[in-house]
Amino acid sequence: MNIVEASGLGKRYGSTWALRDCTLAIPAGHVAALVGPNGAGKTTLLNLAVGLAAPTAGAVTVLGGRPAGSPAALDGIAFVAQDTPLYKNLSAADMLHLTRNLNRRFDQHYARARLAELGVPLKRKAGRLSGGQQAQLALTLALARRPRLLVLDEPVAMLDPIARHDFMASVLMAMADDGVSVLLSSHVLAELERVADYLILLSQGRVQLAGEVDDLLASHRMLTGPAAEVGQYARRPVVRLRRGEAQAHLLIRATLDDPIPPGWEAHPVGLEELALAYLREPGVAALPGPARSRYAEPSEVTK
Amino acid sequence: MNIDKGVSDRQGGGPAARLPADGGSKARSGLGQRGPGSPIEFRLDPASGVPTYLQLVHQVEHALRLGYLKPGDQLPKVRDVVALLAINPNTVLKAYKELETKGLAAGRPGQGTFVQATLSQVALPELTALRRSLLGWLTAADGAGLDEDGIVALFASALRDFHERRGGPADRGAGGETEHIA
Repeated sequence: MNIVEASGLGKRYGSTWALRDCTLAIPAGHVAALVGPNGAGKTTLLNLAVGLAAPTAGAVTVLGGRPAGSPAALDGIAFVAQDTPLYKNLSAADMLHLTRNLNRRFDQHYARARLAELGVPLKRKAGRLSGGQQAQLALTLALARRPRLLVLDEPVAMLDPIARHDFMASVLMAMADDGVSVLLSSHVLAELERVADYLILLSQGRVQLAGEVDDLLASHRMLTGPAAEVGQYARRPVVRLRRGEAQAHLLIRATLDDPIPPGWEAHPVGLEELALAYLREPGVAALPGPARSRYAEPSEVTK
Repeated sequence: MNIDKGVSDRQGGGPAARLPADGGSKARSGLGQRGPGSPIEFRLDPASGVPTYLQLVHQVEHALRLGYLKPGDQLPKVRDVVALLAINPNTVLKAYKELETKGLAAGRPGQGTFVQATLSQVALPELTALRRSLLGWLTAADGAGLDEDGIVALFASALRDFHERRGGPADRGAGGETEHIA
């Protein structure tokens, strides 16, 4: 089952396309990370998927074909927007009460037990909780709806390292315990390697790269060799070239089985290195079809 | 309100309810809640560049070689590893599957993953004795003025000689993570 499926999806604000020609299918059972620079369309894509915005073009479905925003879709999705939106003057207990009354399904026992386990005081106003506790409260409200898909927009951007670790551990335990699928956007590339097993790179409103992390890493290699011989790779799917006077590094799409000429070394790449290389070359798209579509895209989508 | 009651109610509530039963006593560290344990605990080295699942595989193999893990021992539960390291559960499952493929571990439905074979060729007392004599040798090497790099180089070279004299396959040793494809 695909947890999110988009075809030709686009969203225009005024004359600016925040997202366009977005076609992707994210299978269930993953933590899918949506990565891209500011203004790339991450929040727009998430808002379309959870039904907070209506597409200008194309369509998006969730949870195996339910139209985004439909009652059937909303029942199975929980969304935590950027900056953990809570009513700052309401206590945690009030927030539980409110969320319970606003939703068809809400697991009160689960929510209370979880907050107790985390040591979040129920009587304190949400605005007076620590950043980590606010994030955990928002996550608890989302998980208590017992979603099949949890959508998080920049969930850890504001958190200190310990709160960030604990928050991600909570999300991943929900996945381990209940099989929740997760779609999150993030800037924190270094941590994604441990957390995400599906990657979607967005650049200038388009999907640049999408796939299971293991597959993506297995299909890219960093080649290091003499700069003078770089020319022979002109026809290979080069993602990014960095060259000094003597030595050059080429990130290419290649597998272990592809022959490497003598004098060159092939290294595996990490997720952070791979994502950075693509983000620095917004003209290179890896899926579908061959890379090297090097047309310059006017950067009309800026924040 | 009675929080502990809430927890136990949930525990009777269905297969999805698996919150730890000790309520608030663990507070924040409740995220690191551990079951009746495994003899080992995983750690991650973010600087190593080695994929996370392989780090877990290597740590199990290492523990098997050194005798920390024996057949029948339980590997850390997936949930505990996820809570402790904040890593994707699929990563842990992949590591355990790899260990099963290698014949080192086997999953028992509803219980977890258990060690099935051993990699240590000698028993723990012998290992301890060998380690002691190695420490003696290290003291001598240090006394002779060898630094750590020198000691490692000398040991690697002696090991190579030893293999050549025995005519066995030259063990590639603990190679780096770089693949040289030529």
